Amino acid sequence: MKPARKQRLMLIGLMVIGAGLATAFALKSFNENLMYFFSTTDVIEGKAPQDTLFRLGGMVIKGSVERPNDGLMVRFKLTDYSKDVTVEYTGILPDLFREGQGIVAHGKLNAQGVFIAEEVLAKHDENYMPPEVKDSLKNQPASLVTGQQ
Amino acid sequence: MFLIPDPVVRFFHRMASPPHFYAFTGRLMPWLVVIFLLVTAVGLYGGLYLAPADYQQGDSYRIIYIHVPSAWMSLFIYVVMAVAGAIGLIWRIKLAEIVAISSAPIGASFTFIALVTGSLWGKPMWGTWWVWDARLTSELILLFLYLGVIGLYGAIDDKRIASRAVAILALVGVVNIPIIHYSVEWWNTLHQGPTVTKMDKPSIHVSMLIPLLLMAVSFKFYYLIAMLQRARTELLLRERNAQWVKNMVSESK
Repeated sequence: MKPARKQRLMLIGLMVIGAGLATAFALKSFNENLMYFFSTTDVIEGKAPQDTLFRLGGMVIKGSVERPNDGLMVRFKLTDYSKDVTVEYTGILPDLFREGQGIVAHGKLNAQGVFIAEEVLAKHDENYMPPEVKDSLKNQPASLVTGQQ
Repeated sequence: MFLIPDPVVRFFHRMASPPHFYAFTGRLMPWLVVIFLLVTAVGLYGGLYLAPADYQQGDSYRIIYIHVPSAWMSLFIYVVMAVAGAIGLIWRIKLAEIVAISSAPIGASFTFIALVTGSLWGKPMWGTWWVWDARLTSELILLFLYLGVIGLYGAIDDKRIASRAVAILALVGVVNIPIIHYSVEWWNTLHQGPTVTKMDKPSIHVSMLIPLLLMAVSFKFYYLIAMLQRARTELLLRERNAQWVKNMVSESK
């Protein structure tokens, strides 16, 4: 390779590595802000903000969904497979909201440690299968069927 | 260069010559179109008709046959554009510059399609058109990078200088590509994790996976056709004073 070309190749390499390093440091320092939601463990450990709105993500625990006074208010428990948080929401739930499914709720904690949601979004998992396959998977452990977050 | 076999080196040397490139791609085009039409027809039939409905989303999941290949192409074309730009910068090969700039509008279109189809699916499934999570935001930045490349190229009159400026912009933007791909693993996002492009077994049933891969191949061919057509036009425009273009025009009269 001619010296001029080699020089240009080196310059371009340095430029790409430089841009990569700068971005890596920037992303590292903004890491907290790039998290779309807090986990239920963060809330129990007090890492989530008090008195302000934030997002809480987790799996809806099977059998925990209840409508206490027959209205639009729903109460359910979210988990990240280690700690649970109770969520209350009044409104219409998205199509994919169901027990055992991941969701992200936007709202804040009240004094009793219950998360009062203003908005609930369903988080789809990365699994796609026909209904028959899903049925045949039912005998296996739940983690295989619902998938991990 | 001793690692690459001789015929391959000779092929690339000849492809770098504008008249040879123009003639060769002209002969290749009908074959590419036939393959593209066949693969697309089979892929769409498989995806929209043969593949079973999803256990949770029913038929709405079928948008992945457009959304996912478009999103893959948006990343793939960006890498092609940046690599071609780098080759143009280092070796000053005119054709590499042309391939780089011809890729930009196609990449921008695929990025736009990925964003729009994702948004249409997100409203019923997630409950929202748009969220500012890491995956969606970084894909939007990719669209702006493509638009920046197109705009910068148009703003400079001397197209050889424009190509160099564009190549540098594209190369700096490459840092966004791994961010988009790994965003769903590095951060908590509303967007789901990877289904196919991961080390593990794909988390999609094989009857749904095959049409998806066919559509991915189909989109690759579409890109090849659209990019080569743009490159041929751009080449004629840049070489309009060259002898081989004049000969070709006078022969066809």
